[in-house]
Amino acid sequence: MTEIPEHLRKRAEEARQKAAGSAAADTPAAPEPSPGDATEGKIPVHLLDRSKAAADQPAAGADPVPTGSGAPAPGSGPDGHNQRLLTVVKSGSIQDTKSVPQDKVHVWPHLLVAEFLAALAVTLFTLLFSIFVNAPLLDLANFNQTPNPSKAPWYFLGLQEMLTMFHPMVAGVTIPGIGLILLIMAPYIDKNPSKAPEDRKFAISLMTVHLMFWAVLVMIGSFFRGPGFNFIFPWNSGLFFEL
Amino acid sequence: MADSNGAKPTGQALAERVQGSQAWGSIFRPGSIFRKGYSDSPRNRSYVIMNSVLYHLHPVKVKRHAVKVSYTLCLGGLSFFLFILLTVTGIFLMFFYRPTAAQAWDDILTLHTAVGFGLLVRNMHRWAAHLMVLSVFLHMARVFYHGAYKPPREFNWVIGVMLLQFTLLLSFTGYLLPWDQLALWAVTVGTNMMGFTPVFGSQVRFVLLGGVEIGTDTLLRWYVLHVLMLPFVTVIFMAIHFWRVRKDGGISGPL
Repeated sequence: MTEIPEHLRKRAEEARQKAAGSAAADTPAAPEPSPGDATEGKIPVHLLDRSKAAADQPAAGADPVPTGSGAPAPGSGPDGHNQRLLTVVKSGSIQDTKSVPQDKVHVWPHLLVAEFLAALAVTLFTLLFSIFVNAPLLDLANFNQTPNPSKAPWYFLGLQEMLTMFHPMVAGVTIPGIGLILLIMAPYIDKNPSKAPEDRKFAISLMTVHLMFWAVLVMIGSFFRGPGFNFIFPWNSGLFFEL
Repeated sequence: MADSNGAKPTGQALAERVQGSQAWGSIFRPGSIFRKGYSDSPRNRSYVIMNSVLYHLHPVKVKRHAVKVSYTLCLGGLSFFLFILLTVTGIFLMFFYRPTAAQAWDDILTLHTAVGFGLLVRNMHRWAAHLMVLSVFLHMARVFYHGAYKPPREFNWVIGVMLLQFTLLLSFTGYLLPWDQLALWAVTVGTNMMGFTPVFGSQVRFVLLGGVEIGTDTLLRWYVLHVLMLPFVTVIFMAIHFWRVRKDGGISGPL
């Protein structure tokens, strides 16, 4: 916080006292503080007078009020100054300055190099993998020949797995629908402000259980389901899985 | 390689002429490192970002913590990069593919056998797609475990879950396009499930298939979804996602 300089504070205090004193003593600076003037709010009477005089000036026309030359204008402030310190606005109240500087690094090179290397690595991985493993292309689509088993893409195999347990409306629509809505609402449901893992045991456990549940269903659907979508062991019956 | 009469080396002279030309100056903004060369200084490090299009994506500086690979595992960035990789390989594939039941499968076979790098690019497209589903999913898990969805980042989480769904839809719509047995029956299983939507089930299925059965209309419909509509929507959501990351104060802080 910025301190108000001592001399400014003193001057303001003196001025305030003087103004209060003059108002109480009904000095010439404020000749007729009529009760009506009180409604004008906090504008000091002598300022009002001064502005009134200034407004009258054009009307006076040929007889201009002598200005400058040391004589204080009628209705000027204390000590003949025509300006005075009304208040000091501390910078903290209008400028939100960060008191704690953050430890920052330049995006170039620190972040861009990491991103570039990551992109390079994943490109290389995809390229090498694609050289050695071909994407599947089975026979031409044939409506009269249903492959056994018919499987959805792997990320939907959890849903297909649930089809063996529930009615299709529950397994295919209700459960994933509710799951998605809960996932979207997570930030609004989880009101715990802390990000520390030790404060979030419940949230973390709940998420982990569901992720694992999902992963296990996908694995079972992918590797442990054979002809007729019956349960098999891949090491006995072989893989029935295409990516 | 200096001239015999002691003039500047031709390479350097040429470089100066090019860099002083109006065309060069119009391409690179004032302060760009390509105008006046790069030497490592804090000022130039800032200029690299400020005077390039990357300024749309990255601020000049980020929290030191934000560049720790062990925190983010690069998963969000990799998802974005895989999206770009998929766009590039996908555009290549579009040159050789016609989305009709009579031609689609043959086109893929031709791509394998008669197009240079056709098989390789198709492989890359396929594997990158699976990888992207995985990386988006893992990105979501990472964000959850870091509690990074908490205020002020709630809405960006919502956008992120939408992006996860778009990723799944992109992958699923692409699944049908080869028009082989795998595509046909995987999509049959998927759309049959969606047909069990309460109340509107058969209508949902009809809209998805462009008819009552999977056929050439379905192929066209899913092709347009796959190559145009879903990428378009995804790009918009990604733009909002990245913008909010910066507006919400960069990635979430250390635990």
